[in-house]
Amino acid sequence: MKATLLYLSAGIYFGFVLVRAEVVSWFRIVEMFRFEAFHMFGVILSAIVVGIICLQLIKKLGLTDLEGKELALAPKSIDLWKSYLLGGILFGLGWGLTGACPGPMFTLLGAGYTIMLVPIASAIAGVWVYGKFKEKLVH
Amino acid sequence: MFDFLANPWPWYVAGPLIGIMVPALLLIGNKTFGISSNFRHFCAMCIPAKIPYFNYDWKKEGKWQLILLLGIIFGGALAELVGSTKGLVDISMGTRAWLVKMGIYSQNSLLPNGLFNWESLFTFKGFIMLVVGGFLVGFGTRYAAGCTSGHTITGISNLQVGSVIASIGFFIGGIITVYIIYPLIF
Repeated sequence: MKATLLYLSAGIYFGFVLVRAEVVSWFRIVEMFRFEAFHMFGVILSAIVVGIICLQLIKKLGLTDLEGKELALAPKSIDLWKSYLLGGILFGLGWGLTGACPGPMFTLLGAGYTIMLVPIASAIAGVWVYGKFKEKLVH
Repeated sequence: MFDFLANPWPWYVAGPLIGIMVPALLLIGNKTFGISSNFRHFCAMCIPAKIPYFNYDWKKEGKWQLILLLGIIFGGALAELVGSTKGLVDISMGTRAWLVKMGIYSQNSLLPNGLFNWESLFTFKGFIMLVVGGFLVGFGTRYAAGCTSGHTITGISNLQVGSVIASIGFFIGGIITVYIIYPLIF
């Protein structure tokens, strides 16, 4: 129950920040892919810097979870580099077209942009098709 | 304080606040931050159709992510409530000029209203952007095993080379969209 509330709060926090950062704006995404302002790059790079510092600190302190397991992120195996690149390009095309990656789609829906239900439904269909043909794709 | 919460933030405020999500979820429950797995959970929940990729215990594995997602929807609503997003997004003059050249004049919202509405859905442009675009986000994110939060923020924070490759892919796709696809469909 306590964890549920914490995840819910983290989500509310994240959605709020995404709106104030304007990263949910199609205009900001177009501007980023045209390299015409630093805003989006600043957001992404400073987020990564904070992420790196915090993760190194957690590692240094040797923090563990309630079951005593070391706090660690799931690794992203480099063997799958082809699917990262190909899937990444397809994702980028969709990100450019909708102006929203998955988090922002739901944030915008919450902010009252109900039209985002369409790309959300399409994205679910896209994942389903991926699941269906997964074995036939290069990985 | 209220003014701060009601208005857009500069990158050096917004970015670090986003980065905090990575250690926060790790500390809450040893979880790897990511949003796009939720699409997979929805498939597993509603239309698994005996496909192995959707044959897993989504309640057990996905509960925390679905709760996080619910929070994100509430967070968007809260932000709109505290300070309306129906204002001009302060994009650069260069982008503004390009938008006008492309015939996009409605810029007083987070999205171009003329393109992101229910009527537009039944136009060629609207269909490509909303339906095809959404499909590619879903298909691509699972093929790449992560989205912007999972790869670009979390993966790179964790110094994963694979996430750098995926993020380069995201940008290749985005650049193709704005420089090739948009001039064709607008």
